Amino acid sequence: MPVTREDVLHIAELARLGVDAPRADELTKELSAILSHMEVLSQVDTATVPTTAGVAAGGTPLRPDVGVPALMSGTLASFAPKMRDGFFIVPRLATHEDSSESGA
Amino acid sequence: MSVDNYTQLGAAQIAPGVRAGKTSPAEMIRASFKRAADIGGGPDELNIILHADENASLEEAEQMQARIQSGTDIGVLAGVPVAIKDNIASLGLPTTCGSKILRGYVSPFEATAVARLRANGALIVAKTNMDEFAMGSSTENSAYGPTRNPLDVRCVPGGSSGGSAAAVAAGITPIALGSETGGSVRQPAAFCGVVGVKPSYGRVSRYGLVAFASSLDQIGVLGRTVDDAALGLESIAGFDKLDSTSSDADVPIYRLAALGKPAPEARNPDTEAIRIGRSPVPLPPPPGPTTLEGVVIGKPKEYFPDSLDPDIRRMCDRALDRFRSMGATVREISLPRSPLAIPVYYILAPAEASSNLARFDGVRYGLRVDPGKGLKAMYEATRSEGFGPEVTRRILLGTYVLSAGYYDAYYKKAQAVRTLIADDFRAVFTSGVHAIFTPTTPTTAFPIGAISDPYEMYLNDIFTVTANLAGVPAISVPIGRVRRLPVGGQIITAHFDEYAMFRVAYALEAGLGAEAHQ
Amino acid sequence: MSSGRYEMVVGLEVHVQLKTRTKAFCGCSTDFGAPPNANVCPVCLALPGALPVLNEHAVELAVRAALGLGCRIDPISVFARKNYFYPDLPKGYQISQFDQPLATGGSVFVGQSEKGAELRIGITRLHMEEDAGKSIHDRYPGETAIDLNRAGVPLIEIVSEPDIRTSAGAGAYLRTLKQILQYLDVSDVSMEEGSLRVDANISVRPPGQAKLGTKTEVKNMNSFSAVEKALDSEFARQCALLDSGGMVEQQTLLWDGARETVRPSRTKEGSHDYRYFPEPDLRPLMLDSKWVDHMRKDLPELPAARKTRLATEYGLSVVEVEQLTADPALAEYFEEVARAAGDGKAAYNWVMGEVQVALRTSSEEIGRFRVRPADLAQLIKLVRDGTISHTAAKRVFAQMVATGKPAAQVAADEGLAQVGDEGAIATWVDEVLNEHPGEAARYLAGEKKLQGVLVGFVMKKSKGRADPKRVNQLLSSRGG
Repeated sequence: MPVTREDVLHIAELARLGVDAPRADELTKELSAILSHMEVLSQVDTATVPTTAGVAAGGTPLRPDVGVPALMSGTLASFAPKMRDGFFIVPRLATHEDSSESGA
Repeated sequence: MSVDNYTQLGAAQIAPGVRAGKTSPAEMIRASFKRAADIGGGPDELNIILHADENASLEEAEQMQARIQSGTDIGVLAGVPVAIKDNIASLGLPTTCGSKILRGYVSPFEATAVARLRANGALIVAKTNMDEFAMGSSTENSAYGPTRNPLDVRCVPGGSSGGSAAAVAAGITPIALGSETGGSVRQPAAFCGVVGVKPSYGRVSRYGLVAFASSLDQIGVLGRTVDDAALGLESIAGFDKLDSTSSDADVPIYRLAALGKPAPEARNPDTEAIRIGRSPVPLPPPPGPTTLEGVVIGKPKEYFPDSLDPDIRRMCDRALDRFRSMGATVREISLPRSPLAIPVYYILAPAEASSNLARFDGVRYGLRVDPGKGLKAMYEATRSEGFGPEVTRRILLGTYVLSAGYYDAYYKKAQAVRTLIADDFRAVFTSGVHAIFTPTTPTTAFPIGAISDPYEMYLNDIFTVTANLAGVPAISVPIGRVRRLPVGGQIITAHFDEYAMFRVAYALEAGLGAEAHQ
Repeated sequence: MSSGRYEMVVGLEVHVQLKTRTKAFCGCSTDFGAPPNANVCPVCLALPGALPVLNEHAVELAVRAALGLGCRIDPISVFARKNYFYPDLPKGYQISQFDQPLATGGSVFVGQSEKGAELRIGITRLHMEEDAGKSIHDRYPGETAIDLNRAGVPLIEIVSEPDIRTSAGAGAYLRTLKQILQYLDVSDVSMEEGSLRVDANISVRPPGQAKLGTKTEVKNMNSFSAVEKALDSEFARQCALLDSGGMVEQQTLLWDGARETVRPSRTKEGSHDYRYFPEPDLRPLMLDSKWVDHMRKDLPELPAARKTRLATEYGLSVVEVEQLTADPALAEYFEEVARAAGDGKAAYNWVMGEVQVALRTSSEEIGRFRVRPADLAQLIKLVRDGTISHTAAKRVFAQMVATGKPAAQVAADEGLAQVGDEGAIATWVDEVLNEHPGEAARYLAGEKKLQGVLVGFVMKKSKGRADPKRVNQLLSSRGG
């Protein structure tokens, strides 16, 4: 299935990558070409392959619930693009009108 | 030992002199920086090194000297200059991943592997050039310009750890750290005529390695010799509580593999720094007819296709002959699903990358481009200006294969085929084969700019990527030259059997002798 | 009203912050009072190269919650990345669980229907995830301030079946759920502090229709009553829409508490494609079945069981046990008092009476209340054996609250031990009759109802020490 220009613009939006019109056309061709090489996988029978990968390696290790002082040399301000009063500062969502929306 | 032949010295030759106080760490620093300057390792010529600070390194060396004089044992890498790929976090020098989006970024914490190198006495002298975020096979995708192959400046050094391979090949450091996702240590090692090892997945902590594809990434070691690679890996291997995917399996003393015997007692991972510091320094025995007695080497037909470059095939046949002459049995085997590895890899790796690279958003660190049109515009401007074309392509590819409607056909399918590829390796290693031998790459180093089609570039990984997908260890060792350009042979062993891999690699290196570079 | 022709179908998604000291995947403190971005490290800042390691205690609390809600614990669950861009989401993805959650298939008993049938709300799944940071939009003009102290704090998400049919039912479910989680001691479950958050999925359909209508998601409710109001409001909106021949559009709505109405979320719905995939930085979470069994055995008594037991053991009414079990600490306090005093009814009266008043006055929590259960039980015994009067007991109690001294000591110090001596009581009665000649005359003339007033005067005069029984007897004999 070839990738369409709309696909490229959609995934570029999802990935927050600004893609201009000429680049979108190039990427449509490039991604279609690359994905055409992936079609071979559809012919492989994987019906019997177990779905949980990595189980053989054992469960994820757990750490005790104790506070370990964060090891960081230097302050946040030494690498942050913009800080004020201890906050990271970003431009506001263009569509944002009030303060209620946030979080998981 | 003399500093005059610095470029010929292995880590195992440098460290004893420094530990004994016969050579000073500062001499090693000066020799390393001098070599870099002489060969043109800086930005305008070979462009191997992205960040280095001679004064800071000398200061560190002076401090080390003081500790040596006060009787402290510095470790098995005492005074050994080491170069680090620029996607491995280090204190003091920037960590930019060869990307504009991290220009000038200095990590406030250090990778576990780097910390362990320092704990063993290594001196971190440089951060090396690389394909942006390790996406590439030629080091042409660096935002800071391509690196040139020291053996032929018209050619690429391979990638993505091209800077680290070139640093070792050029004699700037005897050891360098690289990283692998699909062959990024072994392929440049082959192109530059050095040794490159990718350990088993989980063998070396990924803490501090800037993630490309987390389920495939491993830090690897480049060395001029097998011994350097073994010593380097021994210094950084072992469980790390900061990396949930690191293994707590015991780490044997890899350098004992040079003796050509099966693995001795295991090493407690909690005390690796001490144990390495006191580990014996074996000399590789001269190869003989029994060096590899009882060892079965598998030769997978899928890695020797009819289309294989005849000169590379000839070099491989010579290596296989050496194995036989050292007592090994060479067996024809099959890894039938290996031809599917490139499609699988170029679905899974971009998928993970699209997620791993989401954190580069201009909010907390790195580049921010703000056109003043709100948050979304800031994101898009930052990321389109910050990422180069190959990174952009792979993020989009990865976003696509994970997006609604395509996940099952691409990501999930690829994950299942990955399991089948790993099953192939498991089947071979449980059938009595100790090690698999293949060419590392289908070609020798190619001229800069020669490959423009992305998928053609991806095919550079065709022989290396399977080890990453299966999670098994693999090493590339120089096995000769074709038209003056190096050829690498690859040895792959079972999960966490780096010891067997080094045993075969030591034997091959010794068995070929000077022919390895002819 | 048109809504009579429709039935509300609601499922709730409840996010609960687990009570851990450190975050889900790093050692940073979960303390909320800290200055902005004080509790951050390479992991929760998503610095290049940082990796997550799962907090053991978060797993324990999540498993405890799941078991308490009657869920099945999956021996293997898988963390997944939920990918989206938001400035308070440092990694650009949230570590959550997707197609292999920690637990599935539980239920919550919320009471009985009018016909006496059990009302149960099914729990579809319970999974672990991490919280995002905080975006503050109203602090600086045109800019958003980001505080990542909360980023990475461990949460569980509890997803109910669409079993809820009324807004009151939603409220009942939430209150029951909150109570269970409190008993399990897995969370502070405070909506005000953000340790409990509720999103609602709501659709409508004609009663009897099996097929579900198109649902909307309502977010941004900051109290249980706001949830109920929001559901009523959205129910009415959907009903009106269908009645006018319209269609419900699947979308996310925000509850506007000030205007008491829902409005569409500003985030574009079409752009939501979370691209979930297994988190490669963590291996699957594998739980040993023996360990899970052990956790199950270790579960504390849950509210429903405790209510039944308290009612039978202490002879209390339904209303009384409801009051006592509203807060697990209160129920425990009550039970210690009741057991030590050997009198459930008296313990109830004290705990729900004087103790509540004292707690309200000092705005203390029962767990830190100065009068320990044993001391209160002693006071109850002193009243029972006639050592002090009930009136005096209240004063003793006040002193116990103020000084922390045991009941007997306060009674002795204050000279509040009950006086049964005829002579002393007769003196107090005489004095009262003299001081209130009007009432005395009317009483002695036969106005019996004044006896209570006069007893009160005597008790006051004796500072509560007079044995009221004797006072009554004496007055009766005088008034003949």
